[in-house]
Parts: sequence; C-alpha cells; structure tokens
Amino acid sequence: MASIVSVSNLSKTYASGFEALKGVNLDIEEGEILALLGPNGAGKTTLISIICGIVNPSGGKVTVDGHDVVHDFRETRAMIGLVPQELTTDAFETVWNTVSFSRGLHGRKPDPAHIEKVLKDLSLWNKKDNMLRELSGGMKRRVLIAKALSHEPRILFLDEPTAGVDVSLRKSMWEVVERLRASGVTIILTTHYIEEAEEIADRIAVINGGEILLVEEKDALMTKLGRKQLRVDLAQPLERIPDSLSSYNLTLEDNGQSLIYDYDTSAERTGITALLATLAETGIRLRDLSTQQSSLEDIFVEIVEAGR
Amino acid sequence: MNIEAIKSIYFFEMARTRRTLLQSVVSPVISTSLYFIVFGAAIGERIQQIDGISYGAFITPGLMMLTLLTQCIGNGSFGIYFPKFTGTIYEVLSSPISMLEIVLGYVGAAATKGLMIGTIILLTASLFVDLSIAHPFAMIFFFVLTAVTFSLFGFIIGIWAKDFEQLNLIPMLVVPPLVFLGGSFYSVDMLPPFWRAVSHFNPVLYLISGFRWSFFEISDVDPLASAVIILAFLAICMAVLTWIFRTGYRLRN
Repeated sequence: MASIVSVSNLSKTYASGFEALKGVNLDIEEGEILALLGPNGAGKTTLISIICGIVNPSGGKVTVDGHDVVHDFRETRAMIGLVPQELTTDAFETVWNTVSFSRGLHGRKPDPAHIEKVLKDLSLWNKKDNMLRELSGGMKRRVLIAKALSHEPRILFLDEPTAGVDVSLRKSMWEVVERLRASGVTIILTTHYIEEAEEIADRIAVINGGEILLVEEKDALMTKLGRKQLRVDLAQPLERIPDSLSSYNLTLEDNGQSLIYDYDTSAERTGITALLATLAETGIRLRDLSTQQSSLEDIFVEIVEAGR
Repeated sequence: MNIEAIKSIYFFEMARTRRTLLQSVVSPVISTSLYFIVFGAAIGERIQQIDGISYGAFITPGLMMLTLLTQCIGNGSFGIYFPKFTGTIYEVLSSPISMLEIVLGYVGAAATKGLMIGTIILLTASLFVDLSIAHPFAMIFFFVLTAVTFSLFGFIIGIWAKDFEQLNLIPMLVVPPLVFLGGSFYSVDMLPPFWRAVSHFNPVLYLISGFRWSFFEISDVDPLASAVIILAFLAICMAVLTWIFRTGYRLRN
C-alpha cells in the first residue's frame, strides 16, 4: 500500500527547551488504522499537532499525499480531520452551528445533507439545536468527532478519543471508526486503552521520549512478542528441574512450587502433551494447570521499559 | 483564497455579537447617552461654544472615537484570545486557511462591530445635538481606517495576551487616558502651553482631531498629519502581524 502520510526525521524543541520529538520517521499507509501508543509525554500529541499544522516543526519534513505540510498546507489540511484530546468546545454555540463552522473553515461549501448524516451517524441529531455547554462529556466528544468529519476528510486523527467515555458510547464510536475505514478513510489514533488498539488497529507504532521505538503489523507483533505460558502447580516442590525434563524450556518458580513452560502457539506442536506425559513418567504429581497469553499491554510495557 | 473560511469566521464572530446584544450594543449606547446628558446638556449649557460649535456637538466625534477605539480593541483582542483560552483555536490552526484569511475573518468582524456601534452612537448623538458633516468622505475614511487599524491592534493584543489581565491591560489602562487627554472633551488650545506640547505626542489626539475636522472643519492639528499618523499606525500593526505569522509567535510555538 502507498503511504499517505510520510514523516521523516521530524524534530520539535519547544521554546522551554523541551525536546518533544527527536528525529521521528513514520509512514502511514492509506486506508489503515494505525494506533500510536506511548506513555504520557511521549510526543504523541506533538507529532499529531505538527502533521495537522497546529505546531511548527523544528526540523525534518512531513508530507501528506505528497504535499509538504508547511508549504502546501492548503492541500494537506483540507484532507485531514482532527479530534483533539481536550474537550474544547464553544460553550454557547449550537451543535449544528459548530459543526457547520468546521466545514466552512475547511473551505467547503455548506452541505446540510452531509452535516445531517454525520450528526445522525453519531447519534447527535436530536441534540443539533442544543448549546454545547448543555451536553455531557461523552456528547461533546462526539461533537468533536462530528466537527472533524464535517469536511469529509481522507485522513482522521483521533487523539485519545475514548478518554472519559462510557463503555456503550465507546463501542458505538468504534463502529463509526470501522465504517469510516470501510469507506477508505485512513485513521490514526492514540489511546491509553491498549485493548482497544489490540482490537481495532492494523498496525501499532510505539513512541516514547520523542522517538519511535517500533512500528509493526499488529498480528505480527502479537506473534513475535506475544508469548504463551503454561503454568504447572506441583503437589510437591522441586529443588531443581529433573534431568528427564531438561529438553523442555522450563523454569522453576515460587520456591519450586510451579513449573513454567514457555511455548509458541504458532508452532506445529506445542509440546504440551509430551511434557505432561514426561511429568507423569517422572512421577511428578500436579495440583493445577493454567495458561496465560501476553496481551498487547504486556508487550507495550516491555518495549517501553526496554527503551529506557 | 479560502473565501468559505473567511465567511465562516466572520459570521461566527458576528453571531456572538447577536448573542450578546445587550452587552455589546445597548451598553455603549447607554453610556454614550449618559455622556451627552452630563456633558452635553447639564454641563455643556454652561460651557461657551468652541470655535463656533456647541459643546454637545463638539464632543460627538471624540465620543465616537472613544467608543470605536475601545470596542475595536476589545472585539479584536477577545475574538482571537477566547479560542486560545478555550482551546478551540486548534481548529482554526489545523484548517487550510492562511494567517491573512484568519485576520480578514476576525479583524473584519471586529471592525464591523465597531463601525456598527460608532454609527449607532452618531445616530444617538443626533437626537441630542445638531450635527452636520462637512466632509463625509473624509469622515468615512477616518472612521473605517480607525476601526480597521484598532481591530488589528486588538488582534495583536489577543495573540500576545497570556491571561485576562494582560488582555485587559491596554484597553482598560492605556486607551482611556490617551482618549481623554487626546482632546475628546476639549480643544487642546484650551490647555496651558506645556500640556499642549505634551498632547502632541499622543497619537489619539491626531485621530480625534482629524475626525472632528471631517465634521466641523476645525482641528487641533493638520488633518493631513492625522491621516499620516493613522496610516503609520496601521503600517506598524501590519508589520508586527507579519512577524507574528512568520514566527508563529504564541500560536504555533
């Protein structure tokens, strides 16, 4: 797939001297959902802000569909919709007006039919004449999404879209995101809920300390770094792993009370049957068995810790 | 040129004026009427004519300028400061719109509002005193140019201000003394020689004098000097704004 956003060697140092981005390189492919993960202060928002034109870069280059974000800002910004992290709204405007305003800002002629569709898709239609200050936090979040979609963008940035949003609203928001992706919109999201990224993203980028630590297909990442473990709780503790079990990849934990077996789910044989048979032959009695798979969250923590 | 965006910002700002009609239109009209009642009718009766003009009529251009300056600086600065304060500025900054277009939208709306209120005050004044405008084109020239220049000045203050204190500093602390000491309510000829000389360093004197000249053909300074001063101030504001846009000062930093 062709990359629609290309970030090369991007750096940003704020007036305070804080170096938010240190030579970031990133290619975002057209039509994908890329999850940008990173702890607080990692540089996620700065990266998004530069691509969208809110913050000037200190060095490096960003192109959107081949256009430079600084020199050809009219082309690039017309393609982009942004949902910011903060719930910033004009308290005294109505939903309809604020969403129409966003469309106009992007140079698009008024199109009430499109605004109506966006508001209906986000279950905001019955609130269209309400002032923004009358809405709940979750509703305001949806208004921000509606504003970002008002000008029919090809690329949508969602900066922490589900922060402070209840479960059912979160689900309906992801449905909207799925529909957008189906219509060909490229989506870049940051989130603290890693299970969301795990569920929805095609690729994962991890950023920390202003540097991209990793960009990988989500499935490949899960396979490569996601481990599966079998935990065998023993009836009698062992002092060491018996020689008969030395061919297995085992570690002893909990003062010899448990055996941990790391295995690869994608391999042809997991070796579990053989291991259990050998255990029985060796006369080791079991009390319990459990398996555990590392989640994207574990992987994320591992990558970030390793990068420190 | 992103005309749709300029229109959007302009009408968005004008909508705020409609929402806050009492505060933005009625209140300046009431305060101006009070000036006319106090200075024009009550005290003005006892003040002799100035250069053959009744006192009530004499203060009208000054009052219009006082309101115009305060309103334009206030609107221009608030229009851009408020989205900065609430954070909604992100949307303007991430839109395909040049800084020039942002200025046209915000400053255009601020100047329009200032001109509307100035006109209302002129109409209100004409209820209290006999007014004639000797040079209508010159009057419109000074009126519009002052509105645009000071809305632009307000816009710069709005970008510079980090909090409400700074936002109000110039409109509240600097403008009123300049306007009051700039001959709104008197001819500087009435001042002792020292203060008359000092007054000539006050740029607002030139604005009021030129504006008054367009009404009554009387002035404290040469009307041409007034035109030059206001154009020079406009040029300074535009130069500062150009620098702000180039550097992204307090907007994109």
